[in-house]
Amino acid sequence: MKIGFFGALSGDNQALGQHILDGEKLAVQQYMAASPKVAVTIDPFDSQGDPAQANNGAQKLIGDHIVALLGPAFSGESKAANPQFAAAQIPHVTASATNVALAQSGDNYFFRALADDGQQGPADADYLAKTVGAKTVAVIDDNSSYGLGLADAVRAELKTDGATDAVDDHVDPKGQDYSSTVNKIVAAHPAAVFYGGYYDAAGRLINQLKSKGFTGTFMSGDGSEDPNFITDAGGAPAEGALLSSPGADVTTQPNGAAFTAAYTKAFGQGPEIYSAEAYDATNFILAAIKAGNTTGPAINTYLHNNTYQGITKTLKFQANGNVTSASIYIYKVENGKIVEIGTANGGGSNS
Amino acid sequence: MTAVLRSAGRAAGTGADNLGAAYRRLPLPGRLLLVALAYVVLAFGLPTTAVAHVMAPNSSWPLVLFFPIGGYVLLSLGLNVVVGEAGMLDLGYVAFYAVGAYTMAELATKHHWDFWLVLPVGLVLAAISGLVLGAPTLRLRGDYLAIVTLGFGQIIDQAVNNVGWTGGPQGITAIPHPPSVGSVSALNYGFGHDRSYYYLILAAIFLVVFAIGRLKRSRIGRGWVAIREDEDAAELMGVPTYRFRLWAFAIGASVGGFTGVFYAAQATFIDPGQFTYAISVLILVCVVLGGSGNTVGVILGAFVVAWLPERFRQFDKYRILVFGIALIALMIFRPEGLIPSRRRRAEQRDVLVGGGMGAPLVPPEDEP
Amino acid sequence: MHLHDFVTQFWPSTVDGLTLGAIYALFALGYTLVYGVLKLINFAHSEVFMVGTMAAMWVLHLTGATDGEVGLTLVGALLLAAAVAMAGSAATALTLERVAYRPLRRRGASRLAALISAIGASFVLQQTFEDFYSNQYSAVPRVLAQHVLFHIGAGQVTNIVVLIIVAAAVMMVALERTVALTKLGRGIRAVAQDPETATLMGVNIDRTIMVTFLLGGLMAGVAAVLWDVRFAQTRFDIGFLPGIKAFTAAVLGGIGNIRGALLGGIIIGLLELYGASLFGSQWRDTTVFVVLVAVLLFRPTGLLGESLSRARA
Repeated sequence: MKIGFFGALSGDNQALGQHILDGEKLAVQQYMAASPKVAVTIDPFDSQGDPAQANNGAQKLIGDHIVALLGPAFSGESKAANPQFAAAQIPHVTASATNVALAQSGDNYFFRALADDGQQGPADADYLAKTVGAKTVAVIDDNSSYGLGLADAVRAELKTDGATDAVDDHVDPKGQDYSSTVNKIVAAHPAAVFYGGYYDAAGRLINQLKSKGFTGTFMSGDGSEDPNFITDAGGAPAEGALLSSPGADVTTQPNGAAFTAAYTKAFGQGPEIYSAEAYDATNFILAAIKAGNTTGPAINTYLHNNTYQGITKTLKFQANGNVTSASIYIYKVENGKIVEIGTANGGGSNS
Repeated sequence: MTAVLRSAGRAAGTGADNLGAAYRRLPLPGRLLLVALAYVVLAFGLPTTAVAHVMAPNSSWPLVLFFPIGGYVLLSLGLNVVVGEAGMLDLGYVAFYAVGAYTMAELATKHHWDFWLVLPVGLVLAAISGLVLGAPTLRLRGDYLAIVTLGFGQIIDQAVNNVGWTGGPQGITAIPHPPSVGSVSALNYGFGHDRSYYYLILAAIFLVVFAIGRLKRSRIGRGWVAIREDEDAAELMGVPTYRFRLWAFAIGASVGGFTGVFYAAQATFIDPGQFTYAISVLILVCVVLGGSGNTVGVILGAFVVAWLPERFRQFDKYRILVFGIALIALMIFRPEGLIPSRRRRAEQRDVLVGGGMGAPLVPPEDEP
Repeated sequence: MHLHDFVTQFWPSTVDGLTLGAIYALFALGYTLVYGVLKLINFAHSEVFMVGTMAAMWVLHLTGATDGEVGLTLVGALLLAAAVAMAGSAATALTLERVAYRPLRRRGASRLAALISAIGASFVLQQTFEDFYSNQYSAVPRVLAQHVLFHIGAGQVTNIVVLIIVAAAVMMVALERTVALTKLGRGIRAVAQDPETATLMGVNIDRTIMVTFLLGGLMAGVAAVLWDVRFAQTRFDIGFLPGIKAFTAAVLGGIGNIRGALLGGIIIGLLELYGASLFGSQWRDTTVFVVLVAVLLFRPTGLLGESLSRARA
């Protein structure tokens, strides 16, 4: 029996896809090692993260008769591919795509093993407004599907928190010169800046902000939760920056120790972002198969009605496919390292 | 190394030339038979499983034939009208493709128009945007046109990202498939009907090839040749050069829009990331690689450019590198493309004296 | 429209726009010179710039210069980085000319063929760095610690801003003098004006074209090191966006015209910043291109016209 993988294994985003595939591989290896009744193999599709290739890959996997899918990895390709998996009655569990809209399309075969941007954004806004105590916040994004979605969620929640959204601006993630955005922020001198986007642009933004004398709090989401954020910021300017993520750092937690060891043994390097979520999601699918479910719809029903205790969280899905209990983890850059400093409630609307 | 490359380039070229000549020597019934055979192969041979295993083991082959292959072929045919026929350099062609795709997405999702109804509308809207862009800019000389079209491509990109009704970076989802026609499975569309899409785009390609073929033989087509060969002389002879260039631009744009409608109806999801500058460049490469001005050459160029990266994913890392080297080598050893237009080659021989690149020619003997 | 933003941010925008524009202007010279002589858009010029940013970064790493260096070490490291960046960019430009353009020129290939060859060369250079070096941004040591020298309105003028504007001005003047007064420059102008007559008059075409690429490469190298100083990071595709802007600057000012490149670069730098403060940063590039199209409609050969051949001092 085949379970699919859908994500980038070549091209610019291959590292992320590979980490997710490795998490899936580890789960399947461990499952097969116990000589189960039903043998399972992985059928991977390399999407290169490109929505224009998503249809070709989805139909290929459907033609291969996969019974369940881990992925798609990115939100863009998910929007193209999810309806096809739904039409083919194949449950698809993503371990990384966090766009809010994915759970809103009425797709009954969609599951997401981590909090979405609609949970992360409000948690971030609350953290800034309540914990940090920022009354004015500049919310900047990179005009990408992910960055804008997250930033818009922050903007909406700030309003309900009674904080002022001082500056709204959109940077070009491929650009270098963010001085126009920085000038707007410096002129408005907000207490905090939130950036929705990825680490490289976040690094440039915080660097250019600091060099123009910005002294407030800087916060960004999981797209920036990467050691390269500090490098791209030029080191010192990143100090004190807050980063949030729906992903826990399993490597430092007791329940993740065995996973970390097995993963390192299998792939020669430690787990990276979303490896653990992929491992949990795959294990949930495998649990369904172990329970005697061998068709897409049967596995789908099992995933909807059962709970699985994973290493990152307890997987229990809502009707729309989002997880019920999803924490947002807050990280801080301290002495050139990203360290977890606590959790914020993945509140907001889960609709 | 250079010598090897050069002889290889020449051999490939001579091979293509001989085939072309052989075809032209055939008597009429022979030609018709060959064409009929080609139709049968295209319709039944190409999208079969056996072929799929060889051509695209990692994807759904009929869908790969629809896009990128079929889509690139259509776009290249359209851009070829602008670049190959009228000799204008357009670096923002993707904009018209986007116009078509967004027209389909908008009209179908918000106003419930069906695909067949949107098709002509997308085509006309793209043609209109071609006229709107072309009317002021086509008076400019060639290289200025290149930068203006490049700029237009960027503007469209920023516009779809920032204007509300396009869904911005979130794109537009749930674009309906074309409604099925009757109960023949080859005319039923939707998820899983991969082959139907292949036949759909094949029909579109035949239609576009036929229409452009007719145009080429019309007064406009002859005007394009005149413009390409010597614009000033054409103007003096009474060819309305500006109007004919504008025609070429609008016709090219309309094919781009036409393709966009097809793409959106099958993809069901579009976002700005699918209409980037890189596509403009790739399509230009298809046209020039195959042999600008030659329909068969352009189709072949598009096929190669679209198919190779799909087939050789594992070499993805080095794919563009090899592609770049191939482009340089091709331009050095066979600048008119893999299958050059016969007419084009004759023209090139004529203009060589002037030295296309501005600087005068050094006699070949000088070459080290 | 955010008129209020535009007013409050006028001076900071002006300072940042001029700084960016100065780099664009240097970058644009490569496009303008090559176009003036060969009537060819050197599409791979953005990669000439990219190689310069990489070379400067490596030198700064090798010298062991750390963030915020002072005194002689600072000056030495910067000058060395500039020299190596110029050498790297110039070598890239010359190689391009030799490999991707000269064989085509010899065969009298069309300009379209030359453009495709240039696109090919651009792919090759970018991918070489992406495949064999890194696809991530690499940090450039911030050897020159930034500090504010004085203010113009609300605009901070830092030492880096002054360095960039002064360096760009010096290089522009040096280049214009070279083209206007030296024998080499006369050759360039002669070829730009009428290649065939120039040959008859004894100008060595191949050599003149090489010199053109060399000069363009040197200027891109300076632009690259200034870029490194201001933005402190680089990547294989770093040249793409500024390359488009620099090319636009060249066209706006009048391609083939050295002063046009300067004017075009400054205008585009300012337009980007003013456009962003007025309409939001997401409309930066749109502002630039809309103005470009508008200008070309009224002055089809750019603001100052195409006149490398008439580039008197």
